[in-house]
Amino acid sequence: MWVVPSIPPALFLILSAMLFTIGVIGALTRRNAIVVFMCIELMLNAVNLTFVTLSRFLQSMDGVIFAFFVMAVAAAEAAVGLAIFVLIYRSRKTINVDEINLLKW
Amino acid sequence: MFEYVWLIPAFPAIGFMINGFFGRRFSKSTVSWVACSALGLSFLTSILIFFELIGRPASERLFEKVIFDWVVSGSLQTVIGYQIDPLSILMALIVSGVSFFIHIYSVGYMHDDPGFSRYFTYLNLFVFMMLNLILANNFLLMFVGWEGVGLCSYLLIGFWYEKDSAANAGKKAFVVNRVGDFGFILGMFLIFTSLGKNGIWTLDFTEVFKNAHLLDTNTVTMIAILLFVGAAGKSAQIPLYVWLPDAMEGPTPVSSLIHAATMVTAGVYMIARCNVLYTMAPIAMAVVAIVGVATALYTASIGFCQNDIKKVLAYSTISQLGYMFLGVGVGAFSAGIFHLMTHAFFKGLLFLGAGSIMHALSGELDMRKMGGLRKKIPITFWTFFVATLAITGIPGLSGFFSKDEILWKAFSSPNGHFLLWLVAAVAAGMTAFYMFRALFMTFWGECRADEHVKHHIHESPKIMTVPLMVLAVLSILGGYIGVPGVLGGANHIHEFLLPVLGNGGGPAKAHAGISILSQAWASSGEAGGHSAALEFLMMGISVAIALIGIGTAYLFYVKNPALPKLLAEKRKGLYQLVLNKYYIDELYEFLFIKSLKGLGTGLWKGFDEFVIDGTVNGIAYLIGFLSGVMRRMQTGLVQNYAFAMIIGGVVLVGYYIVRAIFY
Repeated sequence: MWVVPSIPPALFLILSAMLFTIGVIGALTRRNAIVVFMCIELMLNAVNLTFVTLSRFLQSMDGVIFAFFVMAVAAAEAAVGLAIFVLIYRSRKTINVDEINLLKW
Repeated sequence: MFEYVWLIPAFPAIGFMINGFFGRRFSKSTVSWVACSALGLSFLTSILIFFELIGRPASERLFEKVIFDWVVSGSLQTVIGYQIDPLSILMALIVSGVSFFIHIYSVGYMHDDPGFSRYFTYLNLFVFMMLNLILANNFLLMFVGWEGVGLCSYLLIGFWYEKDSAANAGKKAFVVNRVGDFGFILGMFLIFTSLGKNGIWTLDFTEVFKNAHLLDTNTVTMIAILLFVGAAGKSAQIPLYVWLPDAMEGPTPVSSLIHAATMVTAGVYMIARCNVLYTMAPIAMAVVAIVGVATALYTASIGFCQNDIKKVLAYSTISQLGYMFLGVGVGAFSAGIFHLMTHAFFKGLLFLGAGSIMHALSGELDMRKMGGLRKKIPITFWTFFVATLAITGIPGLSGFFSKDEILWKAFSSPNGHFLLWLVAAVAAGMTAFYMFRALFMTFWGECRADEHVKHHIHESPKIMTVPLMVLAVLSILGGYIGVPGVLGGANHIHEFLLPVLGNGGGPAKAHAGISILSQAWASSGEAGGHSAALEFLMMGISVAIALIGIGTAYLFYVKNPALPKLLAEKRKGLYQLVLNKYYIDELYEFLFIKSLKGLGTGLWKGFDEFVIDGTVNGIAYLIGFLSGVMRRMQTGLVQNYAFAMIIGGVVLVGYYIVRAIFY
């Protein structure tokens, strides 16, 4: 059966929070859409880490299952998102998010 | 026959509907046949019912025919019902009879008018409404008739609506009448509620008058005065008389029918109908009498300086209506109704005569451009002459009996007063003056018309002169149903109306004025019969006053035609004052119209445009401004949106954390 590790779960959660915060800051500040995208992936994975940690800690499969869902969704999102970036780059010759601001007042 | 009382108003209603729906497709002769035969049948029905009523003993002369329930709402139970009693049937006879002849006259008068069928449609509707007013057995149905005749009056005054003056006159009549109707409605409400407090919720005449004794004097006085406000509006008394002179913009037969013979007398009829209430309220009676006599004197004086023949007749009508109100105001209800009847004959005739004169003179109204018509249009002249004599009160003609009855009652009745008599007698003299002035200016002297008009002068066709002659005969003979007892007559009309109207204020009382005079008579050896002797004396005085009026008019307008101008020059201020009708129209313009317009403009600019529009537009502007600010949030930059989301998430999570800490 499961072996409860000796490393306390709080450390995992702190790591997860740090990763998430890095992701947020990156997503808000970076100009390159691909980097923004990567930061979002980072946030998703931070969340995944939380799920898995708590799943382990609580002796429940729910979190693991959820993590799989998140990975699947993230993969799909990456495919669609990258395709969009390619198209944007073709038409505007840039993928800097601060230059793609047509949809406004 | 009584069961068929509804036929009296039904015939004009049918005529109205036929001509109203199909009149424009009919030929003129069909339209006139429909309209006149409707009135003829109505008149015939009235006559038949009248004779059946006469055949009954006096105490049984009341019949009510309920047609159907009309308003049934809680304690308000009103029916459409008609009432036959001496008063209503007499009025129905007058209205349907005079209307019948005026309809016939109109066929000739309006013959070339493009609005021929419209005219007869309105006229039939008017008669229908007037008969409703008269025959109604409750206040509410009477009010329907009351408003209906007002509507028809409006439609017919403004009949030639393409003329601005006619359209405005119609509006003026309508608005002024609304003021009066307001009083009528309030009076009706007060009757309903104050009787209702005593457990009797009714507007039925019989019920109201039977239970009137339950009301206290103040309430009855209030009711009577409110109803009189209505009467003053409809019957053109001070201060609401201003619409009637302007109403002369309508076709002349309309002036004759509506604004002389029938509609304007509705107020007198209504007060006579409510005589039970008025007898209970001496103060209201005094108000009626004083307003009546003041109107009689005041408008007679305006008649002096008018040059438009119809305007003279209009002021004369107001003045005569003042007499009727004087009559009913001193409690002589039957005398008032009697004068109403004779006035319907001679004033209707005068207006028709004026119409005939206009017909002869190609529509001329200004008496300064008439004159010398005596020989050229003899039938019109003689009938006009008869009517003038009648209105002047020359003994032997109808006006003498009725006017004298009122004068005598104004003096002798318990509600009467010497001053009332005096003012009325002076007004009678003035009536004689201005009526003969009109007569002399029109028919005597040189013809002052334009050449081509003069060339065209011709007597009216038979269809117009026959009604003139019929009304002339009635103007002579109409008085003989009310010959006073002192002249050896039986005063049939008084006798006939007695069950409805009571004894006209009771026997003569001995107040200061009368006792001095009667003592003078008694000392001259006439003791015992002094009341009769006094009545003779009064009669003599009023005839003498009338003759003085005629003599003055003769002096001024036949003997020495330069005199009026001289006098006008000499008393320029007074002449201008009277010529301009004492500037009452201007005063009203200033007092009511200007101030109401000012109020309206104030409300429009101040309240409507500033407050209401300001609120609505302000809200719209505020929202526009706010959205202008808010839309700046939509930058198009994805990262801003993401930032907002994260702030939201932080706030949300923060809220739950903080809550968890504090609770």
